[in-house]
Amino acid sequence: MDFLISGTHISPVYLMVVGFLVGILGGFFGVGGSFLAGPALFAVGVPMNFVVGTDLAHIVGKSIVAAKRHRILGNVDIKLGLIMVVGTILGVETGAQIIQQLKRHRNVDEVVAIAFVIVLLGISAFIAWESWQTSKMPKAKRPARPRAGRKPKQDASAIAYVAKYVHRLHLPPTVSLPHSGIERISLWTILLVAYVGGVFSGFMGGGAGYVRMPAMVYLLGVPTHVAVGTDLFEVVISAGYGTLTHALKGNVDILIALVMHTGAAIGAQIGAMLTQYFHGTRIRMAFVPLPLLGAALIVYSLITGHRL
Amino acid sequence: MARRSKETASIGSFLVELVTYAVFVFAYFFLVLNFLGHWLKHLFDQQRTLYAVVALALIVVQGIALEMLTTALWKLIRRWEK
Repeated sequence: MDFLISGTHISPVYLMVVGFLVGILGGFFGVGGSFLAGPALFAVGVPMNFVVGTDLAHIVGKSIVAAKRHRILGNVDIKLGLIMVVGTILGVETGAQIIQQLKRHRNVDEVVAIAFVIVLLGISAFIAWESWQTSKMPKAKRPARPRAGRKPKQDASAIAYVAKYVHRLHLPPTVSLPHSGIERISLWTILLVAYVGGVFSGFMGGGAGYVRMPAMVYLLGVPTHVAVGTDLFEVVISAGYGTLTHALKGNVDILIALVMHTGAAIGAQIGAMLTQYFHGTRIRMAFVPLPLLGAALIVYSLITGHRL
Repeated sequence: MARRSKETASIGSFLVELVTYAVFVFAYFFLVLNFLGHWLKHLFDQQRTLYAVVALALIVVQGIALEMLTTALWKLIRRWEK
C-alpha cells in the first residue's frame, strides 16, 4: 500500500502486526513501544522524521485504550500524571525543535538512529543490571509474589536508596503522592524527570516510556504497577501535543499511524491484563531483550542500507 | 481441573474476539482508510494546520472507537459463555 504523505510503500499487514506486538508490550510494560515501533518503521524505509512524528500519533490512540484499562485496575496516579504533563510538553517541544534543526542540516536519519541505538543499549543494560541485583536480594527483603488480581503495595529494588535520597531533597514546593506511597517529594524533581522524558519523546518519537518508566521507578520511587499506569495516562496528553506539533512541522503520516493502531488496540488489551500475573522485578527483567531487538533493527538498516 | 477448563474457555473467548475484531478492522481498513489517503495528502500539502487537527482527531476517535468495540465484543462473548 502507498502512503502518499511520507512517500513510502509498506504492507498494511506488516504495520498491523507491528502494532499488535507493540500493543501487547505497551499494555504490559507501560511503555509506548517506540523502542520497537520506531526501528520497525525505519527498517521498511520510513524517513526518521516521519518515524518520530508518526509513532507519537500512533501512541495517542493506543495509550487511550491501555490507560483506561490501568485506571480501572487502580494503577494510575492522576496527580502525578498531571504534574508530569507540564514538564513533558516542554520537553516534547524541545525535542521537536531539535528534529527541525537536523532536517535543515539533512542528517536527521543518521543522528536519530545512532541516538536510538545508544539509548536502547543503555536502558537494556541498566534494567538487566538492576533486576539482577534485585533478584540476588535476600527473600526476606523482597515483597511477597502477588496473586492474580492483587498488586503489591511495595516494589523491590536494589537501588531503592536512590529514590529515598531523592525524597529527602526538600526543594520547595513539595507535593505528597499518597497513591504512589510517596510522603513528600520536590515538584522540581518530578518536572525534571518529565522534561527529560519529553525531550526523548519529541526527539525519538513514541511516549519515551523506556526512559520515563525506569526514572519513575528508580528516581521517584513510584511502584512499578503505578508507574506503568501513570506513564500511559500522561503519555495520552503529552503525545497528543507531540502529534500536533510534529504534524505542523510535516513529520506525521497519520495513515501509517491509523493502520498500526488497528493492531495495537487489541494488543494493548492483552498486555494490560497480563500485568496482573507478574510482579515488578519479573516485568522489568522481561523488558531487557526488547530494546536490544530495536537496536539490532536500526544497526542492520544503517550498516546494510537495506530495508526489510 | 476446573481452573484449567476456565483458562481454556478464556483463551477460546479471546480467539473468538480476535477473529471478530479482525473482520471489523479489515472492513474498516478497506472502506475508510483507502478513501482517506488522497484527501489527507491534499490537506498535508495545502492546509498543514487543519491536517494537524484532523490527524489528532482521527487517532483519538479511532482509539476510543476501537476500545468500545473490543469491550463490547468481550462482553458479548462473556454473555454467550454463561
